Amino acid sequence: MLGRLAQLIDQNEDQLLSGWIENLSRTLGSRKGLLGDSAIRVSCHDFIVALRQGLSKDAVGDLQDPAWSTMRDLLMNLSRQRAMQGFTPTETAMFVFSFKAVLFNTLRQQIRDDSSALSDEILTASELLDRLGLFTTQVYQETRESVILRQQQEMLELSTPVVELWSGILALPLIGTLDSARTQIVMQNLLEAIVSRSADLAIIDITGVPTVDTLVAQHLLKTVAAARLMGADCIISGIRPQIAQTIIHLGVDLGSVLTKSNLADAFRLALKKKSLAVTSV
Amino acid sequence: MERIPILKLGPFLLVSIQVDMHDQMALALQEELTGRIVTDSARGVLIDISSLDIVDSFIGRMLSNIAGMARVLDAETVVVGMQPSVAITLVELGLSLPGIRTALNIDRGMALLNASRPVEE
Repeated sequence: MLGRLAQLIDQNEDQLLSGWIENLSRTLGSRKGLLGDSAIRVSCHDFIVALRQGLSKDAVGDLQDPAWSTMRDLLMNLSRQRAMQGFTPTETAMFVFSFKAVLFNTLRQQIRDDSSALSDEILTASELLDRLGLFTTQVYQETRESVILRQQQEMLELSTPVVELWSGILALPLIGTLDSARTQIVMQNLLEAIVSRSADLAIIDITGVPTVDTLVAQHLLKTVAAARLMGADCIISGIRPQIAQTIIHLGVDLGSVLTKSNLADAFRLALKKKSLAVTSV
Repeated sequence: MERIPILKLGPFLLVSIQVDMHDQMALALQEELTGRIVTDSARGVLIDISSLDIVDSFIGRMLSNIAGMARVLDAETVVVGMQPSVAITLVELGLSLPGIRTALNIDRGMALLNASRPVEE
């Protein structure tokens, strides 16, 4: 039975190809310009070649079979490309699904006499194409997820700069919500900066932190404790009135930590601790 | 058995931990250091742990204990040169060593001890 499908595709390749391209052009509509006629033709041709190669072995149910490796590579590249170009997952999967109508038509023309054989072939072909279509969607999804993951990582790196305000005084302006993963990076960055700049004072400014709950407070306290172990004092600044209220309502004990309401006050305190003063000239 | 050398530096004692300490060694150090504080009548102890990459809760507690013992013997302890990874580990273990003074390097640690000594005299 499987041999028959491969045979049919083999015999009617040109007809399938032209029908498919026409079909595809219709579904793509105005987006067609993004790909170009020749690119569509090449990928359609490659798809049919890969399909034949996959069908040549009796492994129609298993896309992981080596016979399907060309097809897998082809669809993977195609999906990735389309995801990058901004096509929707539907449009990406339509590449495979639009082949169905053409293939079924051909099947109907060729197997006219035997209706049970026809429905068998259609079922097999349909299952196969569904699987291939879903595969493109899966790859599309994975590509998007990898993009999101990369952006997340970039955001993490961007959001934790350590700046030197004065020799020996570091500032760490925190912006955005603090979770465990971020705190870990913030802590590491701060501690490494303390060593590399041999600073003994660090100001953690939380003006940009929208909410402080017990977990965030605990993270902050951990950072302060770790800095102290290395021989640097920490000042927490930028505590807004609401946050002060929340901290007390939650019963968090910031007792041993120096806190200031804004960065300027914290900097003044830091200078004082280093026996420095800013005067007008 | 391997020993950690204790060096006398003016009125202070300097302990530089260069190897990964096992528990027996830590206990021996505790013993010897308390002895030396008394015999040398040291006023301060500097413990340099800058080459220590790995700590466990036992070592953390031992540092705490040494500081406590030294305080009873009227000497101040400063732990210097802790690595960031070590600091994070100790905090995660819940050991923030509240009784211990810390400094970034030996220079600063020495300055800290010098600064606090005249007040006592």
